Amino acid sequence: MNVFPTGNILGASGATSGPTPVLQVKGVTLQYKTKQHLVTATYRVSFDVYGGDRYVVLGPSGCGKSTLLKAVGGYMAPTEGEMRLKGVPVRSPGPDRMFVFQEFDQLLPWKTVKQNVMFALQASGKMRGRAAEAQAMRYIEKVNLSKFADSYPHTLSGGMKQRVAIARALAMEPDILLMDEPFAALDALTRRKMQDELLQLWADTRFTVLFVTHSIPEAVLIGNRILLLSPHPGQVKGELNSDGNDPVDPRSGVKLSDRIHEVLFADRIEEQEVVPHG
Amino acid sequence: MAELRASVTRLPVPAPPIRPEYLQDVVAGGDIGVVQKPLTVWQRLANQGWLRKAFILIVIASAWEIYARHLNNPLLVPTFSATLDAFWSAIVSGDIPQKVRNSVVLLLKGYTLGLTLALGFTALAMMFQLGNDLLETLTSAFNPLPAIALLPLALIWFGLGDISIIFVLVHSVLWAVALNTHSGFRSVSTTLRMVGRNCGLTGIRFIAKILIPAAFPSILTGLKIGWAFAWRTLIAAELVFGVSSGKGGLGWYIYENKNMLDIPAVFAGLFTVILIGLTVENLIFRNIEAATVRKWGMQT
Repeated sequence: MNVFPTGNILGASGATSGPTPVLQVKGVTLQYKTKQHLVTATYRVSFDVYGGDRYVVLGPSGCGKSTLLKAVGGYMAPTEGEMRLKGVPVRSPGPDRMFVFQEFDQLLPWKTVKQNVMFALQASGKMRGRAAEAQAMRYIEKVNLSKFADSYPHTLSGGMKQRVAIARALAMEPDILLMDEPFAALDALTRRKMQDELLQLWADTRFTVLFVTHSIPEAVLIGNRILLLSPHPGQVKGELNSDGNDPVDPRSGVKLSDRIHEVLFADRIEEQEVVPHG
Repeated sequence: MAELRASVTRLPVPAPPIRPEYLQDVVAGGDIGVVQKPLTVWQRLANQGWLRKAFILIVIASAWEIYARHLNNPLLVPTFSATLDAFWSAIVSGDIPQKVRNSVVLLLKGYTLGLTLALGFTALAMMFQLGNDLLETLTSAFNPLPAIALLPLALIWFGLGDISIIFVLVHSVLWAVALNTHSGFRSVSTTLRMVGRNCGLTGIRFIAKILIPAAFPSILTGLKIGWAFAWRTLIAAELVFGVSSGKGGLGWYIYENKNMLDIPAVFAGLFTVILIGLTVENLIFRNIEAATVRKWGMQT
């Protein structure tokens, strides 16, 4: 994981022979209509996610990163380019790509924690009855919520709700987990704890995750590979590797988070001086 | 303002003093004194909603009794005790229970049919744009039309009898329930919709497993309004032509006793109408609420 790109880091989609990617995004342009405008959210974005990747899409607000994730989820079709999951083009939402949203209301309020996790398994037809229950309990235990298996979501804290959502998604054992700023609505202490827990879960089960965030520290901590998007419309600015410890680049002597900051906010120097980043 | 800023620049606040750091243990819970203490009996009684309401009812009943005795004209306002008396004897004689059964059976038929149709309409509206337009047009046209206004037409179409009453009942339930269910469906959050589709749900399964439970608070409101509309419509319809359907319900009971100037019995009939309304609201709907939307934290 300590390998850093030696060549041109902007040569984004240059996958060499070897393992095939789980998710291939090729030249995807996304557009959506508001009442008055046709908005281009991303422009010709390409990247590959391999099995076991903690792939982070990082960019300032308005770079279309959430829209990109929705497109991978199958909720909107690209106007240009294509996305393939295990070689099959993405056309509609499906349980092979499980979503974890930012909003706490992603849990079904009329179901208990256990029923929420089972719901995904049963509704998708993946498992039934006892098998679904056992699978649900296994993953609820992994997120340390066994004691709350029969609680209703409204009795849980924000962090616990997000853990249930993660358990629900992981219990489906999807090809790829799609996380849309899952910790953004949490308080700072809980967020830090959840990030560590997610890494611990990953170490346990080795899932593949596509993680969208606007926080540089979060991207550096969570990701093993980070895609940088520019704002309005989102275009790929580069891909960097991370080992979670904010390593210093041997060539430039600059910390990873500072390199990212420079790439993303190079054209906003005054702002950088006024608001020092942490 | 400018003066203030000037003074700030002239006289900068001195640096705060440097104080030593300290850490200490907090007092154990038992030593603090009152952490939690039971309320007095009166405070606990006053916290019971039903007790407060019962008190209000007793006050109203007493005021009624006193006023009626003071008026001393049973043809206008019989006393509360006379009403209770008439009520009790009508129950013992089996007259009111029979009428209640006739009314309620008819009501349930119309209500169920209305709900089924409402669900069908809303499901169509959620699946097709045309269904949506159809529902919106129909609800905006028919919702303001009092169901009872259709009774003359119903009489011509279906004749005197249960079918005419069921027709107006369906009309009174359908639009109120459809309107609430539809707006409930539309206010289901995007996130929940995406979760449902993420799990592979589409069409009827999506409606049944995501939309209906997620919109249940609105649906329940619709059910309540629909019930109230249906109940009023039924009594009114029976008042108009209850006699012709042979058996007659509560509305007819009221009408009949008015004609015989048995005013305490009229009041007893009205009393029964209120009682059934209260029972349905406080027992049935309250319990449905407690077992669903309140338990789920969707309504407090």
